Amino acid sequence: MHARATILPLSLDRVTYARGGETLIDGISVTIGSSSRTVVLGPNGAGKSLLLRLCHGLVAPTDGAVRWAGADAFGRRDTAGRQAMVFQRPVLLRRSALANITYALALQGRLERGERDARAREALASVGLAHVAERPARVLSGGEQQRLAIARAAALEPDVLFLDEPTASLDPGASRAIEDAIRAIDAAGTKIIMTTHDLGQARRLAEEVLFLCRGRLMEHTPAGEFFEHPRTPQAAAFLRGDLVA
Amino acid sequence: MTMRLFETTRRAVIAAAVGAAIWGFAAPAGAQTAERPFITVASTTSTEQSGLFKHLLPQFTGKTGIEVRVVAVGTGQALKIGERGDADLVFVHARSAEEDFVAKGFGVGRSDVMYNDFVLVGPKSDPAGVKGSRDAVKALQAIARKKAPFVSRGDDSGTHQAELDLWQRAALHPKADGNWYRETGSGMGPALNTAAAMDAYILADRGTWLSFKNRGDLTLLVEGDDRLFNQYGIILVNPARHAHVKEKEARTFINWVISPEGQAAIAAYRIEGEQLFFPNARRKGA
Amino acid sequence: MQGLDEALAAAWRLIVTGDTALVEIVALSLKVSLTAVFCAAVVGLPLGAVLALVRFPGRGPVIVVIDALMGLPPVVAGLFVYLLLSRAGPLGPYGLLFTPTAMVIAQTLLVIPIIAALTRQVVTDLWAEYCEQLTSLGAGRLRAVPTLLWDARSSLVTAILAGLGRAMAEVGAILVVGGNIDGVTRTMTTAIALETSKGDLPLALGLGIVLLVIVLAINAAAHMLGATARRAAG
Repeated sequence: MHARATILPLSLDRVTYARGGETLIDGISVTIGSSSRTVVLGPNGAGKSLLLRLCHGLVAPTDGAVRWAGADAFGRRDTAGRQAMVFQRPVLLRRSALANITYALALQGRLERGERDARAREALASVGLAHVAERPARVLSGGEQQRLAIARAAALEPDVLFLDEPTASLDPGASRAIEDAIRAIDAAGTKIIMTTHDLGQARRLAEEVLFLCRGRLMEHTPAGEFFEHPRTPQAAAFLRGDLVA
Repeated sequence: MTMRLFETTRRAVIAAAVGAAIWGFAAPAGAQTAERPFITVASTTSTEQSGLFKHLLPQFTGKTGIEVRVVAVGTGQALKIGERGDADLVFVHARSAEEDFVAKGFGVGRSDVMYNDFVLVGPKSDPAGVKGSRDAVKALQAIARKKAPFVSRGDDSGTHQAELDLWQRAALHPKADGNWYRETGSGMGPALNTAAAMDAYILADRGTWLSFKNRGDLTLLVEGDDRLFNQYGIILVNPARHAHVKEKEARTFINWVISPEGQAAIAAYRIEGEQLFFPNARRKGA
Repeated sequence: MQGLDEALAAAWRLIVTGDTALVEIVALSLKVSLTAVFCAAVVGLPLGAVLALVRFPGRGPVIVVIDALMGLPPVVAGLFVYLLLSRAGPLGPYGLLFTPTAMVIAQTLLVIPIIAALTRQVVTDLWAEYCEQLTSLGAGRLRAVPTLLWDARSSLVTAILAGLGRAMAEVGAILVVGGNIDGVTRTMTTAIALETSKGDLPLALGLGIVLLVIVLAINAAAHMLGATARRAAG
């Protein structure tokens, strides 16, 4: 599955984002390949969510560049169409769960009208929501809404899926369902890049870690190494649960 | 289940909107392509509001099949509507303005139709003591001396023009003489409503006065002066200026109104036994 | 107040006798105002949404003008349409003056600013919520217009009802362009104005009560539909 053509790897070249005289992301250069689940960690205010938005193209860097290796092969528009993002608070349209997914598929424009319904039902089934397909998305529970948001993103079969604190406001049971869904999407060949403030979740899901502190990239290491032998004092303090400024 | 309810609701809303739209669009179009021919008459509030047209027009339409659509406004505005070609004929009461209208080529062939008269109306208490007088000019002078409240139409209507003419004969300029003289800038009915509320004197046409319901404390004080004479005329809008004017139908109407039959119909219109309009066409024909 | 008793009695008589003239007047009022609101919604909803989403030179002034036009005196709109449709005006040859169509045009002009301005506000707020998600899904601002209009539907019903309220209530515009012709362009409001000027205040107020009841019924129906849809759609 990992063999299919992809827009990855993603390279950030001295990416900087400043607003109101404050540098929120400070000269980050990194290359993220397609092979492993990447988790962005760091204390509150480190710039994790902003980094994801910069990578996804929702926010343009004030300096530096975000490059997709496959951009030339697919064209700029299609590069955007081969990514998806799940937000901390799911934004669902005021229509049925199923229609939320077929809407996204229609925008992506890769499937014919007749094929979208089947794909959407498949995606719903994969997160255990087949039984609520016709129900209005806005009346689902918090956990169901986030699973629907993930199903919507997964249905697009993106090369890369960004998830920004996907379980931040969910109870443990709902969080586990989300983590299962993330693993399944990874197994199906989609690159996962996510943020979380839950260290347990990071240990369960991360294969490599980007550790941010005050807008700077402090570490980019395999997960095992990061959790066992953090290289920077900031990361060590963060893992100990100390307050890191 | 909820979804089905939602879908049903949604469809109902859409269906209602589309239905309303079709109904709405179809109706105005239908009104335009009326089965029977019609003419548009720009006339005055006094003729409309006195109920004369309601009495007269069904007889004409029944006989000829021509529908008459009346736009009732002040004489000044009625003539303006005719001038712009937005009516087929005008039926108003302001002799000199009508003659001017014809002289400028906006209309052709003015005919006298009927007359009624103006009456001076005021509060029962009659502070200026004009009740029973047959001299309208002296009555106005008495009102001005007492500075008793007086309501003027102030809207360039036929009645307003007649009132201004009387003030001129009285050699008075009430507008410059303090706030007892009020210009309302409104039609006969609204001006009467104002006068009733203020216990003011007012010059009104007899037809509107007789059919007016909200009289309050107002009563008729002065009538019968020759200078209160109110002549109505009818004029065809000049077809040479406005090619769309329905000349044939409009002439049919004018000829009927000044025919013995039309004149008799006018004479027959009464409110509480009182005749409102007195036919006096000289039967020239349009 | 003896006037109010008479008015209520007049209204009651009008309703129970099902006076045919009244039915015609009510039907015409509804036809004209509903058609005008429909046309105004077709123009005003997308216009408001585009103003909320799309940046273009002159956008600021356009918004200010539309907001200001919400307060346009109906009689001014009426005069404008009168001069447009008059035989001596640019659209004179169509002979639309003093027809229900003219009244629809005038009321459409009156209602567009209300629907557009309220829609702009509603869509601006919704876009703040949806912006990142829709951009992520690949919807440009123009493509977002229909999506946001549909998702804001329950709020937009209120905007449309506000427009309908303006249309049903106004008399200045339709009096000028319709001419208040008996049986052709006489509506509830022009009939009320006429009865007032005839001094028949109870009948005028009675008609007013009938108008109020109709407007109330329309609003109640719309709100019930809206509440059902909201409950279903979450």
